[in-house]
Amino acid sequence: MGLSQDFGETSLEPSFQPDGTISLPRLMCVWAHCLVETSNCVQDQPSSQPASLPAEDISTNSNGPKQDLLFDDDPEDLFAEATEEVSLDSPERDVLLSDGPSPAITPITPPTSVITPRIGHAHDDMFTHSSFDEIEEEEGGDSFDIHISVSDPEKVGDGMNAYMAYKVTTKTSMSLFKQKDFSVKRRFSDFLGLHSKLASKYLHIGYIVPPAPEKSIVGMTKVKVGKEDQSSNEFVEKRRSALERYLMRTVKHPILLKDPDVLQFLESSELPRAVSTQALSSAGLLRMVNKAADAVNKMTIKMNESDAWFEEKQQHFENLDVQLRKLHASVESLVCHRKELSVNTAQFAKSAAMLGNSEDHTALSRALSQLAEVEEKIDQLHQDQANGDFYLFSELLGDYVRLLTAVKGVFEHRMKTWQKWQDSQMLLQKKREAEAKLQFTNKPDKLQQAKDEIKEVRNLEGKVQQGERDFEQISKTIRKEVSRFEKERVKDFKTIIVKYLESLVLTQQQVNLHFYCY
Amino acid sequence: MMEEVKEVTSALSVHGHNIKITDVVKDGDALTFVIVSQKLSGTGEYHVDRTWDDFEWLQQHLFSQEDVPGLQGVIFPPLPAKASGNASAKIMKQLGVLGLGEWQPYCKALETFLQQVATHKILNKNKAVEVFLTSSDAPGRQKVKKNIFNRLSQAVEEMRKEGHKDVDEFFQTERDHNLVLTGCTKTAAEKFLDMVLTEQKIAVACGHFSAALHLCVEPGEDPDKKAFSRLCVQISEVFDSMKKNMTSVAENNVNTLGLGLDLESRYQEAEKEMLFRRTCKLVELENARRNAEKAKPVKKAAMEEVKTATQTEFQQICGVARQEIKQFHGVRVKMLQQALVQWCEKQLLTAKESTDQFNQHLQAFRGMAQ
Repeated sequence: MGLSQDFGETSLEPSFQPDGTISLPRLMCVWAHCLVETSNCVQDQPSSQPASLPAEDISTNSNGPKQDLLFDDDPEDLFAEATEEVSLDSPERDVLLSDGPSPAITPITPPTSVITPRIGHAHDDMFTHSSFDEIEEEEGGDSFDIHISVSDPEKVGDGMNAYMAYKVTTKTSMSLFKQKDFSVKRRFSDFLGLHSKLASKYLHIGYIVPPAPEKSIVGMTKVKVGKEDQSSNEFVEKRRSALERYLMRTVKHPILLKDPDVLQFLESSELPRAVSTQALSSAGLLRMVNKAADAVNKMTIKMNESDAWFEEKQQHFENLDVQLRKLHASVESLVCHRKELSVNTAQFAKSAAMLGNSEDHTALSRALSQLAEVEEKIDQLHQDQANGDFYLFSELLGDYVRLLTAVKGVFEHRMKTWQKWQDSQMLLQKKREAEAKLQFTNKPDKLQQAKDEIKEVRNLEGKVQQGERDFEQISKTIRKEVSRFEKERVKDFKTIIVKYLESLVLTQQQVNLHFYCY
Repeated sequence: MMEEVKEVTSALSVHGHNIKITDVVKDGDALTFVIVSQKLSGTGEYHVDRTWDDFEWLQQHLFSQEDVPGLQGVIFPPLPAKASGNASAKIMKQLGVLGLGEWQPYCKALETFLQQVATHKILNKNKAVEVFLTSSDAPGRQKVKKNIFNRLSQAVEEMRKEGHKDVDEFFQTERDHNLVLTGCTKTAAEKFLDMVLTEQKIAVACGHFSAALHLCVEPGEDPDKKAFSRLCVQISEVFDSMKKNMTSVAENNVNTLGLGLDLESRYQEAEKEMLFRRTCKLVELENARRNAEKAKPVKKAAMEEVKTATQTEFQQICGVARQEIKQFHGVRVKMLQQALVQWCEKQLLTAKESTDQFNQHLQAFRGMAQ
C-alpha cells in the first residue's frame, strides 16, 4: 500500500524527506485520514475486536483501510496512538494529558511528533502499551470466556525423582486459541518456569504478574517418598487448587493472556523442562544474591515522589498488606478450631455410642445411639465446613498477600526506572556541558561526536520518561483491576460460603428432626 | 424428679419439686445462692441465702442420721464439688460442664440437688432439710462427727472389697452394670465438654475475624475502595452472626445435654458408692458369720449377737437399696431423656434462627453483586 510505504520512509523531520515537495501535504492527508479512521474506530469500539495483535483475527473490524493499516507495524502504532489520544473517556487519559509535554499524549498532534517517540523505543513497549489500552476500550467486544481447571494429580516416577503431573484443561470460546477444549499435562516446575518467564518480560514495565504458588520442599518430599496419608493428600489438593487459581488469575489479565509463553503453556503438549526453578540450583542461588542486592539498592534509592497518587497508593498497599496478613492469621486459627471441633465431635459420637450400647433401657439406648449418629453427621459437616473455610478464605487471603508483594515489586521497578531517568538526565547535562566547552575550543569532529552523544542520551531519557508514563497508567489500571477482582472474588466466595452454611444448618435441622421423632 | 410430695410424715413445710435458685452473688471468693421455695400451705415463699458450706452441712447431716434403718442403702443425691469465685484451673476442670458460663449450670445443679433431697422419701424427713430451706439464719457450721461416709482414701483393702462377689444376683448384675455405665458416662461427659470448649473457641475466633475485617474498612471516595469497604463490613456481619450462632449452640449444649450428662455421671457415682457400702456391709456380715462359727464358746454369744445385728442391718440395707435402685433407674432414664429432648429442641431452634439469618445475609450479598 502506498500509505505504508510512505510511513516507512518518513523520518524525524519532514523537511528531510527526499521527496520534499509532497511530504507535508502527504502527511496531512494521512493524518486527516487517520482522524477519520479514529473517529470511526471510536464509534465502533464497543463492537469490534481488540485490534492490535497480528495473531488475532481482526477481520471483524468494520473499516477496510483500517485493516490494511493494522497489518503493518508502523502504521499500526501510529493508528493506535491516534486511537488512544482521541478516546478521552478512560480516566487514565487524564493522567497522561496532565503530564508533561510527552509528545505521544497531546490530542491533536502533527504526525511528525507522533512518530518521533516511536523511533528508538523498544518496539515491545509501545506495542503492548497501546494494545492494552485498546483492549481496555474494547472490552465489551471479545467477552472474556476462558476456564482453566487443574485436575487429576498423578504421581509420575519413583523415589526422589518423582513428581506430580497435573492435567491442565482449558475450555474457551475465544478465538485466541486453536481449539475450544483441550488439555495438557504439566508439572509444578513448569508453572514456576512460566511465572519466571512472564516476570522477566513484564514486571519491569509495570504489569503485575500474579505470583506462582510456593515451593514446599517438605511437602513434596513426603509425596515423593510415597506416604499415602492425610497430610500429603491435603498437600496435593492444596497445591492443585493453588495452581488452578494461579492460572485463572494469569489469564484474566488481558495482556498476559495473549503472551506466547502462556499460550504455549496451555496448548503445546511438550514443554521444555524449566531447570532454573530448582530451589537449590545455581540459578536459585544467583536469584537469592540478586534479591539481596536489590534490597540494598532499595534502601539507597531516595525518590522524589512527584505524584501524590503514588505516594498514597504505596501507603495504601502497606496498610492493605498488614490488614490482609492479620485476616489471614485469624482465618487460619478459625480453620484450626473447626478441625478440632470435628475431632471432638467424632470422639463424643463414639463415647455416646458406647454409652448407648451399655445402656439396657431400650428406649434410652436407642436414643443414645441415635445421638451418636447425629453427632457423627454433624462432625462430617463440620469437617466440610472447615475445608470450605480453608480453601476459600485462607487461600484467597494468602494469594492476595503474595499478590501484594508482586505489586510492591512493580512499584520498586518504577523507582528504579526513575533512578535511571535521573541518571540519564545528569548524563545529558554533563554531555551538554562538554559540548558547550568543545564549542569554545572549536574542534569540529569532537563536536559532532558530542552532538551525537547528546542525541543518544536525549533518546534514552525520552525512553525512560516514557517508561515512567507506562507505569503510571498501567499501575492505575491494574490497581483498579486488583480492587475489582478482590471485590468480585470475595463476593463470590462469600456467597458460596453462606449458601454452604445455610445448607449445613438445614441438614442439622433435618437430622435433629429425625432424632426428635424417636 | 419425683412429682408428688404430699407425704404427711415429711418434715418439710415446702414443696420439694419447685425449689429454685434464683440468684448467685459473688463476693470475692465466696458464692452465695438465693434459694426460693414455695410453702406447702400456698401462702408464700421462703427466701434464704446459702453458701456451698451450708450445702455441705446439709449433706453431712443427711449422711450421719442415726435412727434411719438401712440408711446406707440410700443413693444420696450428689452434691457438686465446691466452686469459688476465683477457682483454680484444677477445680474448674473438676467441675467440668458446671464451671462454664456465669455459674448458671452450677446453680442448676445445686437446684437439682435440693429438689432431689427434698423429694426423697427417706431424706426429707430429716429436720436439717427443713432448717436449710426455711431458716433465715445460716445453719450452724458445727463440725459434724465423723460418719461412715468419709471416703478419704480407698486403701487396697477397700478395692478388694469392691470386687467382692455378691450373694445376690440382682445386686451383682447391678454392680457390674453400674461399673460400665459409670465409665461410659464419665467419658461421654468429658468429650462433650471438649466439644463445647472448642465451640466456644470457634466463636471467639469468628469474633476476632470480624473485628479484623472492620479494620479493613477505609474512608475514601474511590468507588473501588468504597465497594471493598462495604464488602468487608458485610462479611464482618456474617461472621458476627456465625459467632452468635456458635455461642448459642455451645450454650444450648451446656444447659441441656451437658447438665444431663454431668448429673447422670455424678448420680452413677453415687449409686456406685451406695453399692460399695452395701458390699462392705456384706463383707462385714460374712466376717461376722465366720467369727461366730469359729468363736470359742466364751465369745460365741457375743459373736452371734454381732452377727445377727449385722445381718439385720444388711437386710435393711438391701431392702432400701433395691427400692432405691428401681427408683434410681426410673428417675435417671427420665432425666436423661428429658435432657436429650430439651437439647434437641433448643438446637433446632438455634438452627432455625441461624438459617434465617444466613439467608438474609445471602440475599443481601446477592443484591450487592448486581
